[in-house]
Amino acid sequence: MTPQLTSQAADTTGRQAILDRLTLRPVRSAGLPTVDASKLTSFEEPLAKFTEMLQSVGGEVHLVDQPDQVTEILNQIEVFSNAQRVVSLVPEAVKGSFDLSKIHDPHDLAAVDWTIAKGEFGVAENGAIWIDGSTLPHRVLLFIAQYLAIVLSRREMVHHMHEGYARLGTPISRFGVFVAGPSKTADIEQSLVLGAHGCRALQVFLTP
Amino acid sequence: MNMLPIVDHPAAARPFVTNPDRAPWHDKALWFVRSKRDKQASSVPEWEYLRSLASQIKTATIANLGDYLTEFERNATALGAVVHWAADAEEHNRIVLKILRDHDTHRIVKSKSMLTEECGLNPFLEANGIDVVDTDLGERIVQLRHETPSHIVLPAIHLKKEEVGETFHEHLGTDEGAADPKYLTEAARGHLRDKFLAGEVGITGVNFAIAETGGFVVCTNEGNADLGASLPNVHIACMGIEKLVPRFEDLAVFLRLLARSATGQPITTYTSHFHGPRDSHSELHIVLVDNGRSRLRQSDAFRDALHCIRCGACMNTCPVYRRSGGHSYRATIPGPIGSVLSPTRDSSKHKSLPFACSLCGSCTDVCPVKIPLHHQLLAWRKEIGNLKLLSYDKRISMKMASLLFRSARLFSFAGWVGRASLKVLPHWATHHRLNTWTIARELPEPPKESFRHWYAKNRK
Ligand code: SF4
Repeated sequence: MTPQLTSQAADTTGRQAILDRLTLRPVRSAGLPTVDASKLTSFEEPLAKFTEMLQSVGGEVHLVDQPDQVTEILNQIEVFSNAQRVVSLVPEAVKGSFDLSKIHDPHDLAAVDWTIAKGEFGVAENGAIWIDGSTLPHRVLLFIAQYLAIVLSRREMVHHMHEGYARLGTPISRFGVFVAGPSKTADIEQSLVLGAHGCRALQVFLTP
Repeated sequence: MNMLPIVDHPAAARPFVTNPDRAPWHDKALWFVRSKRDKQASSVPEWEYLRSLASQIKTATIANLGDYLTEFERNATALGAVVHWAADAEEHNRIVLKILRDHDTHRIVKSKSMLTEECGLNPFLEANGIDVVDTDLGERIVQLRHETPSHIVLPAIHLKKEEVGETFHEHLGTDEGAADPKYLTEAARGHLRDKFLAGEVGITGVNFAIAETGGFVVCTNEGNADLGASLPNVHIACMGIEKLVPRFEDLAVFLRLLARSATGQPITTYTSHFHGPRDSHSELHIVLVDNGRSRLRQSDAFRDALHCIRCGACMNTCPVYRRSGGHSYRATIPGPIGSVLSPTRDSSKHKSLPFACSLCGSCTDVCPVKIPLHHQLLAWRKEIGNLKLLSYDKRISMKMASLLFRSARLFSFAGWVGRASLKVLPHWATHHRLNTWTIARELPEPPKESFRHWYAKNRK
């Protein structure tokens, strides 16, 4: 689907001036390198490394045997059992209590307590989880909910970012994000505080 | 005569340096970040390999920048984004204002962007009646205090939590005297949520743009760029033209280096990839800004400074930055990289910055994209000498030193004079206001004999 563009076209006065200045002086380079995969560290147990890294950045990790155990575990968390508005994008794991079908304006999601999202794969070296924007009816769901849970299959692990991008290939969805832990800040005297603007905590459920 | 306000680093740093708690406290805070960086770097065995890949990729990008920019423009446009080009800061601001006017916007939410800072976007928009809210916590703090960021990654690193508490008490109504970072962050969270929900346009910076795909990446820990860009229908992304990488896979190299170098994290919490506007009701505008970058590309000596990915590692490690604070550089980008970049804009105004450096080389060691920072600073000193921008006392003393070092006899005579006068001169003769060297220090005890003398006796 091509988006409707506004009447406004881009201003082009600066364009030629910049491109002209960039051709004024030829600069040589050795060209683009290709990454030698044999020089990259991989892990004996990528799942264990992933779990360790995710915990180190503030994420909480749970291993489950079946998707329906996710709800059981979440119910033990007070902020979940008391939650009024849960958006679930993984219905086989958690039943949502918030109907997205009537939402057109993302601002109407301001009161969402929990979002349960689906992760595509995890990166062992840094604990990041790739979330494909096309699984999100509204991208803001990931950021506006007070709490976030991600359901991810533990078979979907890559060692490092190079493997991650190779797996994504091109082109990708309009939006995609690596999430590593809950939203955080250390802007006040370098003290780490979890829960800046996005989720206050991150629960990750690793399914078979 | 030069009428520009000259930035004199030593003078600008004085209040910070002479404050007995502030400088050591700041030094410690940054050393902590630097140590975290070291831990991360050493935990990646291929770290040096990644640095050289990053440097090679950047060299190739800058060499063919025009081609990559047009490739990026073509691909981004095909995805439905509108690409704008701005030759300088003024044009950038005009373009942004026009987009805002076209949408009759009065309130924007902005995520941290050193480029918009460089262009002076906030004061420009405010003068045009638009309410700008910076949403990065550190940036919001300095905005409320009418200050500028003192660091490119940690904008409020110069402030103590008590000072943040005061600011929040005044503007957000937090309890008087409250200084607990958790409590203050919670207050800011509530305050900024309202701003996010009221924002009509979201402005973000760009960490990397990809020529091959026409998309771009924004890295934050707080998630503010994402909230700001995914609530309103209009997203404006502002980027310097050097932010490009050629291929999608190149992101792997840079993302592995960026957060580790910046804050010592394995990766930022959110690394968001934007390819085109959100949906058919939304718009995405990308503003490509030159503002001196294409000119810098023409310089063989300083071209590599365009590799910078704004991680801040060179500041965190710099012994001068750590003790003098970011504001002493009087520039959007402080520290080693700022001292290279500022004189490229105006060498006369910023001529003291390349001298705010001990040439220890630590910045060059930590730079993830291998910019030879201390070599460039040394090159600037030469350049400033050639441009006759050195002050009279510096020029004369350098001439004399050069004479002295060229003649062995003169050198040993000067040594004797030095030792003798240190012994006999009274304090008032050495410590007076004409001798700036002794303002803050005592002179050393003179040695009994010269090294040359000792050597002749003992090592024959
Ligand atoms: S010059 Fe290097 S170390 Fe300094 S901010 Fe830029 S990339 Fe980081």
